[in-house]
Amino acid sequence: MNSRFGPRHFYVALALGALLVLTGLGSAHYMEEHGHVVTGMTNQVVWGLPHVFAIFMIVAASGVLNVASIGSVFGQTMYKPRARLSGLLCLALLAGGLMVLMLDLGRPDRVIVAATHYNLRSVFAWNVFLYSGMFTIVALYLWTMFERAMNRHSKAAGLLALVWRFVLTTGTGLIFGFLVARQAYGSALLAPLFVVLSFAWGLAVFLIVQAVLYAWNSQVLDSAVQRRMARLLGVFVAAAFYLVLVYHLTNLYFARQTAFEVFVVRDGGVFPLLLWGGYFVAGTLAPLLLLFHPRFGGSRSTLLAAALAVLGAFAWLYVFIIGGQVFPLEIFPGFAVSSTFGDGAIARYTPRLPEWLLGLGGVGVAFVLTGIGVRALDFMPRDDVGTPKSGAAEGIA
Amino acid sequence: MNPGRDSGARMALSGRRAFLGLAASAVGGVLLAPGIHLVEIAQAAVPGAATTGANPKVRWGLLIDTKKCATGCTDCVDACNSENGLSGLTGPTDAQWIRKVEIKEFGTGRTQSLPVMCQHCAEPPCVDVCPTGASFKRTDGIVLVDRHSCIGCRYCVMACPYKARSFVHEPLTNQKPDVPRGKGCVEGCTLCVHRVDKGQGPACVEACAKAGHQAMLFGDLNDPASAIWIRIREVSTMQLRADLKLDPGVRYEGLT
Repeated sequence: MNSRFGPRHFYVALALGALLVLTGLGSAHYMEEHGHVVTGMTNQVVWGLPHVFAIFMIVAASGVLNVASIGSVFGQTMYKPRARLSGLLCLALLAGGLMVLMLDLGRPDRVIVAATHYNLRSVFAWNVFLYSGMFTIVALYLWTMFERAMNRHSKAAGLLALVWRFVLTTGTGLIFGFLVARQAYGSALLAPLFVVLSFAWGLAVFLIVQAVLYAWNSQVLDSAVQRRMARLLGVFVAAAFYLVLVYHLTNLYFARQTAFEVFVVRDGGVFPLLLWGGYFVAGTLAPLLLLFHPRFGGSRSTLLAAALAVLGAFAWLYVFIIGGQVFPLEIFPGFAVSSTFGDGAIARYTPRLPEWLLGLGGVGVAFVLTGIGVRALDFMPRDDVGTPKSGAAEGIA
Repeated sequence: MNPGRDSGARMALSGRRAFLGLAASAVGGVLLAPGIHLVEIAQAAVPGAATTGANPKVRWGLLIDTKKCATGCTDCVDACNSENGLSGLTGPTDAQWIRKVEIKEFGTGRTQSLPVMCQHCAEPPCVDVCPTGASFKRTDGIVLVDRHSCIGCRYCVMACPYKARSFVHEPLTNQKPDVPRGKGCVEGCTLCVHRVDKGQGPACVEACAKAGHQAMLFGDLNDPASAIWIRIREVSTMQLRADLKLDPGVRYEGLT
């Protein structure tokens, strides 16, 4: 293979990824030694930036498997060569997300307690089971794809993975959906919302990784494949936007939720900025334009659209998770409230360095696992349709 | 295809498979061995009989008379801090098991002052969401956190409608032997369970009475002979966020 990037480049990239992981681990150790007081989190904002990273990765892990499902369960031949990479990315993102989630615990040393003591009424406990099940099922699915003798079971494994990941993302949405206490959460809509968000975020991550792999190997993605995947991302981004819109509109309509919604869409400083600028303009409108407008639509536009969709995902999650906590609980409706414990007041939260490093450490884990996987095993998508064209100037530089 | 290259490729493939198999076994062993050891530790660390001793016929509760609770008075808060070894600091990361809340009605401007703490719900959301069962309700209605099995996920803090839980953000010193606390764990009002089990009332109630305010009443909500039961029967009282139907064990009088 006439690759522009040799093994040396690969090991440099891997070393940088490993450095990111090590920094994340060091940061988690620092947080464990000193307590969460070294983060920006408080008794009002108990889930901070690490949760934004972790939930993005876990939701995207579920969505990235869509590519494999479309191929092996729904029989779309174009997606079949991408099923392996899709499975690998699912495992890598899930591992990265879970690492962040576990190391952000107050007592990460007791994670074994979470694995041995289940409160079956807890959505969190269901998720512990769903996450570990997901690892096993996707590993089996990959096995059926790699091992020729097991190929005939691939469709069944794919179907199981499809069902499991729907349940898993429903579970992630319900972590918030079952919270009756706060205005931002406590809605059944959050389960389907997270499922559809996962489609968009997962495919966006897949397209970014695929573009990097093709560029790394000096290959050009077949333009028909590229166009179809770009259109699918557009459909997912639009569908996710529809559900996000419904979620915010229902908040605006219910009198008891209005104050919170006005806070995130207008009065809340950084939150409206992230919602409108980050999620709506950069994360939704711009990708849709890049994917559907006749002037764009090439591979560079698709890559940019995917990157912007990921950016929008982080912006929306920040508004949803942090914004939902800084807004005060309504314990005394009809009263102005004050106390020494932040009652009635908008809480302040600024993520601090250890939180950023831990979150990025999770991304590093996903990167390193993907890098090693792609290097050691055959995960590179190979299309039978068409051959790399020298005239196709759409190649990713 | 060149047969020599083909067999070479096969050998390389079989070598890679053997390597992967070996690597998978090694990783599995490395992951499982400490896991098995940790399972033993975890099981030893979590006592199964955390609720032993509580009387299932009793439902402990509080009645707070907001008419007698004065703005600026923090006797109950001070007593709680001193009894449970809390610092008394009120920064955003400091634990506050009970706090005084000042409320002012929109429109009329009528003000009231009242203490808010864990409401010891009959249907506590913190207990529902806790993944390990560390948040639990005793059979006598007191909602507690088991320090040994709390992993510090803070899901209970997210779930509590009363903002009644604190997360321990820093290492602790000078703890009270009766009130074990721990960095990285979540905690909240225990209704002074260590005193209740010795036949005494919570420190906040005692301090309020000692200061002559008599704004807090502690007792068994199931006992028709108890002062709290009689009072609740006589006067109009309310539960905070009654719309959530969590049936809190703390009631408020004069809060309208």
